[in-house]
Amino acid sequence: MRRYSAFAIAREALRYHQGWERAWRAPEPKSSYDVIIIGGGGHGLATAYYLGRNFGITNIAIIEKGWLGGGNTGRNTTIIRSNYLQDPSAAIYEKSRSLYETLSQDLNYNVMFSPRGVMMLAQTHHEVRGYQRTAHANALQGVATEFISPQRVKELCPILNIDGPRYPVLGALWQARGGTARHDAVAWGYARACSDMGMDILQQCEVTAVRRENGQVTGVDTTRGSINCKKLGIVVAGHSGQVAEMAGFRLPVESLALQALVSEPIKPCMDVVVMANTVHGYMSQSDKGEMVIGGGTDGFNNYTQRGSFHHIEETLRALVETFPMISRLKMLRQWGGIVDMTGDRSPIISRTPLGNCFINCGWGTGGFKAIPGSGWAMAELIANGTPGALAAEFGMDRFRQGRFIDESVAAGVAH
Amino acid sequence: MSTRLASGGRFLNRATVQNFVFNGKRLRGFAGDTLASALLANDQMMVARSFKYHRPRGIVAAGPEEPNALFNMGRGARFEPNQRATTTALFEGLECESQNHWPSLEFDIGALNSLAAHVLPAGFYYKTFIHPRAFWKHVFEPIIRHSAGLGKAPQDRDADRYEHLYAFADVLIAGGGIAGLQAACVAGESGARVLLLEQTLHWGGRAVNDGAQIDGAPAQDWIAAALAKLTALPNVTLRLGTTVSGVYDHGYVLANEHVGETTPGDGRPKQRLWRIRAGQIITATGAIERPLSFAGNDVPGVMLAASLRDYLHDYAVSPGDRTVVVTNNDDAYLTAIALKEAGLSVPLIVDARRTLTGPLPQRARDLGIRVEAGWAIAAVKGTRRVTGVSLCMQAGEGGVIEEIACDAVAMSGGWSPVVHLWSHCGGKLLWNPEQAHFHPDPARPPLGADGKGFVRAAGAANGQSQNACADADHAARAALAHLGQTARTDLTLPVLEHPTQAAMAPVWVMPQGANQKLRAKMWLDYQNDVKVSDVQLAAREGYVSVEHTKRYTTLGMATDQGKLSNINGLAVLADSLNEEIPQVGTTTFRPPYTPITLGTLAGEARGEIFQPLRRSPMHEWHSDQGAYFEPVGHWRRPYCYPRGAENHADAVKREVLNTRNALGLLDASTLGKIIVKGPDAGRFLDMLYTGVMSTLPVGKCRYGLMCNENGFLSDDGVVARLDEQTFLCHTTSGGADRIHGWMEDWLQCEWWDWQVFTANLTEQYAQIAVVGPKARTLLERLGGVDVSKEALPFMGWVEGTLGGFPVRIFRISFSGELSYEIAVPAGHGRALWDKLHAEGADLGAMPYGTEALHVMRAEKGFIMIGDETDGTVIPQDLGMSWAISKKKPDYLGKRGQERPHMTDPDRWQLVGLETLDGSVIPDGAYAVAPGSNANGQRHTEGRVTSTYFSPTLGRGIAMGLIRRGPERMGQIVDFPTTTGTTVQARIVDPVFYDKEGAKQNV
Repeated sequence: MRRYSAFAIAREALRYHQGWERAWRAPEPKSSYDVIIIGGGGHGLATAYYLGRNFGITNIAIIEKGWLGGGNTGRNTTIIRSNYLQDPSAAIYEKSRSLYETLSQDLNYNVMFSPRGVMMLAQTHHEVRGYQRTAHANALQGVATEFISPQRVKELCPILNIDGPRYPVLGALWQARGGTARHDAVAWGYARACSDMGMDILQQCEVTAVRRENGQVTGVDTTRGSINCKKLGIVVAGHSGQVAEMAGFRLPVESLALQALVSEPIKPCMDVVVMANTVHGYMSQSDKGEMVIGGGTDGFNNYTQRGSFHHIEETLRALVETFPMISRLKMLRQWGGIVDMTGDRSPIISRTPLGNCFINCGWGTGGFKAIPGSGWAMAELIANGTPGALAAEFGMDRFRQGRFIDESVAAGVAH
Repeated sequence: MSTRLASGGRFLNRATVQNFVFNGKRLRGFAGDTLASALLANDQMMVARSFKYHRPRGIVAAGPEEPNALFNMGRGARFEPNQRATTTALFEGLECESQNHWPSLEFDIGALNSLAAHVLPAGFYYKTFIHPRAFWKHVFEPIIRHSAGLGKAPQDRDADRYEHLYAFADVLIAGGGIAGLQAACVAGESGARVLLLEQTLHWGGRAVNDGAQIDGAPAQDWIAAALAKLTALPNVTLRLGTTVSGVYDHGYVLANEHVGETTPGDGRPKQRLWRIRAGQIITATGAIERPLSFAGNDVPGVMLAASLRDYLHDYAVSPGDRTVVVTNNDDAYLTAIALKEAGLSVPLIVDARRTLTGPLPQRARDLGIRVEAGWAIAAVKGTRRVTGVSLCMQAGEGGVIEEIACDAVAMSGGWSPVVHLWSHCGGKLLWNPEQAHFHPDPARPPLGADGKGFVRAAGAANGQSQNACADADHAARAALAHLGQTARTDLTLPVLEHPTQAAMAPVWVMPQGANQKLRAKMWLDYQNDVKVSDVQLAAREGYVSVEHTKRYTTLGMATDQGKLSNINGLAVLADSLNEEIPQVGTTTFRPPYTPITLGTLAGEARGEIFQPLRRSPMHEWHSDQGAYFEPVGHWRRPYCYPRGAENHADAVKREVLNTRNALGLLDASTLGKIIVKGPDAGRFLDMLYTGVMSTLPVGKCRYGLMCNENGFLSDDGVVARLDEQTFLCHTTSGGADRIHGWMEDWLQCEWWDWQVFTANLTEQYAQIAVVGPKARTLLERLGGVDVSKEALPFMGWVEGTLGGFPVRIFRISFSGELSYEIAVPAGHGRALWDKLHAEGADLGAMPYGTEALHVMRAEKGFIMIGDETDGTVIPQDLGMSWAISKKKPDYLGKRGQERPHMTDPDRWQLVGLETLDGSVIPDGAYAVAPGSNANGQRHTEGRVTSTYFSPTLGRGIAMGLIRRGPERMGQIVDFPTTTGTTVQARIVDPVFYDKEGAKQNV
């Protein structure tokens, strides 16, 4: 792999950039691999990457039915934070956040992780108590957060209206090392690194069947032929239920459309990420200048990757009230993605009824921030056959046990 | 230069001069101008700087596809960035300035980027700025952020207002050109409810400027007649200046109407958002002309040929004195002919096609215009405006044959149907190789709930510009048939004739064999500065999915959403990959078609009413008393009522002590009140609550808990049985709507055969809690109802007339005091409240707020939903097994509570906590245990759930969930705080006050 650098760009500029090689190879499928990962999104690619990096397993195919990063990896609002309440969540999200810190260097691909700070506004007394609880929990979990005053909120984000007549800001949970990253670059950077380790990335390759024998997976049938494997990882987010069905088991997940939108770009006016859960909206400003806005999930299950207007309306009402100056900015584009939600709104990183098949899903509305940590933990599970400490609590048998990891407790709607 | 002609301009009213300011310069235009036409009339060729390289840019188009002419408009609370000049009507006093430059449009430091363009290709930022790590956030990113962005950020709260309007139509027609008008005539005259929306301020679309004839007369005549006919039809609604922005599932449509935009401050809304439910949607949205990709195609003065023609016809503006036309089709000849006929010079028509067969080239030649077939533009000369072009053969590599001086270039690369509305909800496209465009595939329309298409395209939007009338007629009839309506058969189909056009020839790069140097100067996406070479780089690096190409190069991601660039970019990508264009496919079309301000989308919901505001009947009184309110759901409840110089803590203390010692009045109107009625009501409530409700005698109350399917506590409250088949279920204030929905969910989806009805009567009743040792005295003073211990014992209720008010009195208590909750019809709420205060004044009656309520219930060890519960707590954790029936076979949550983790004796359970030093444990603190887990997190063994200073006891009290808490009475647990200190607390019984209930049972 040719390394990326300013020097490399300068050299290529002399020949009109004719010399750049493919970021990742486009091979034909081999007949067999040690590990097949279904799903070429951030989580699937990260899983493959850490299998290679941490366990030396590189005879891997990553199978993607569409284009790399085309699911929720390329549709989210790019927020990265780890100020979670429950111990298992805080552990994996903080692992993930800390991996993001050096991801550009690790991958030699600028994913533009920008720890600009994330604040979650408290706008009711109930929310104040909830975030104070999270701050206490985070302190014991080794996650650096603090509960800050309305004045500090205003200093950090001057465009925020802290004196609204309905829900004045009473404080906020502040994570200074939370932030954003360039979502596509995360997928592309992992893909390039995986390809460089010799892994095969197979795009436009849809799995049509999971072949099984004696409680074990033997391979998958795809639109590009049958491929054998020794181990299978299913990392397909919104379509987890469908792939699990092919593998013959059921999942406690449902799929819903989640929406987001961006405004037209303007000059920098907001350096932090703000989440306002009482009024249902969150916003940050991208490096391009667009205000990136997240909405809620539709109230019904579907696979359409588009949403209704009503959620957008509710979100914008909240945000125009919270940030009055955005009223005259224009919505440029709205879109939707399909999120896989579990009963406790926490992910599944789990063994399955098939001995050599593992699943990673259920990241719901908050998966982007988890990509590196999720890949790390999933790689550990696939390589060892048993979950490590990070994934230990995220097995799907927890729903039978009643051992929920419920984050909606303090996080409200968005996480 | 660009000038206004002495005569002409069909949209102008020359009698009304309008003064406006651009970049501090005072300029003049006429009523009827757009901002763009007025700028061109004033020779403002350069109006903008591009996003990345800060290249000089001029106006390219005349409609919403314009990528360059975006301005900061207005000032102060009416300042708006990124206003598109081509769709902004000029008005007297308009102020605007160009964007994205420093210090000025003419001299822009950012243009240095352009010099470095060869090291800033697509995606350069992914390959560099990687080291050192801290530099990204602190050095590189701030520079990128600052140089990106377009307009300035507004500073103030918006001074304008916006409104939403709900509309319903059988047939919604987007676009008021020939096709839209014809479709409206057919549907309207057949009696359907028709809504016809046109984005510009003029009907008729392109027909007039394209020289169309209808029924043998100029198109203008037919347009006028059609409008007269439609205006007379009561079932047809027409709107100009209204853009259909998005199509959503089930025929839901958004449209954005410009209302008071040109008259700021006159009190009308600036814009109106139409929220439409349509049976059928016809998109008659026309087509957009494509640029050609030649070097320097972004120099100010290079314009779309048809747009240039529009400026000439509509606004009598001539962007250049000498205009070279470059084309791959016959349509651009209309522009050349129009310019010539207006007395302007057209030194050359450059036509990339080898052979020219149609009558239009002949007509141009007849007018004396030089036409060169098979030629191409090698490069445009000039930086801030066109000074000339160098010419070459299209089939070659760009060797210059000739140079010609000119001050404008009119280009046409063919037309793309506007398929956005068709595509928003899943309509698919077909590629037409002859026209080199995507058009709607009638076999794969967006599908409605009935599995049939609900959107139809007509006219140019359907790839049928030459046949627009017949196509629209067909679309309207099909729409009516779908709706089960009968189309009139006696209508005559207008005969549309266009000047005959020969076939176009796709040209994606000009000249075909252009070298890399030229390709690096061919702009595809003007605003985002994406060039042919960038798309080719993306293809080379493997970003070959069209979505990857888009994201890697930012092609089509600018504020015009690729209206000009997408097809050209796709073609270059397909060429690079050696694939056919339809195999490459398009990116997804997303709403809105043109950007809409967030204020418009939010509508009137701002300030106090940004969410529905629910007020109790006594709200005004609280407000007059200076209550400090807190939001509870959509309600605002008094938190406390500070008097004089009191702070909130002092007020709460006073309110608690007064209630405990004398008499407190609480506005409990927000309490949820749901009537559950029917023969199966008791059976239903037995399933809903953990306890048994069916055995509750009429006249009695019972406290109940509700859990979700997982067994977790979700709400609590007192149920009163009103008669054999009627129960009144009180819920928490915040939970009323949710619980009502929960009840209906079960009744409608699971137990639909049970005979139960529910009604949420929360707002129909005001409710007042009269609390304290003197509560009975006060009620007796009002008289009319026997509230003695015998007549109305604890957990009983009576109905009667109290002091003249029709009331229902519940003897229940959330404070541990003698307490009556009095419900009256909401209309009497304020009067009863006033009367209680008046009659109780000498008894010490004072209002108390929600915080005093919380403190008193915590002193008594009563749980609060949302404090002791958080969605992970089961009743058993709270020592409330007594409220769970052991006899019932089932209730919601029972199975969940039997799961292994729920019966684990190590669960955290409710206890009281008493700090050793009397201080108050901080909210949310955790109790720690020794050691850490495998992830390095401190072990915890519990947490505080409610923590207050108790005025009654004069010390801090708390409730908490502690591992095996009830077994550990008297033990000490540690609560570290976030400031580094540790609070120690002893595990005690959660009831801190009046354990025997002596105060309540009097």
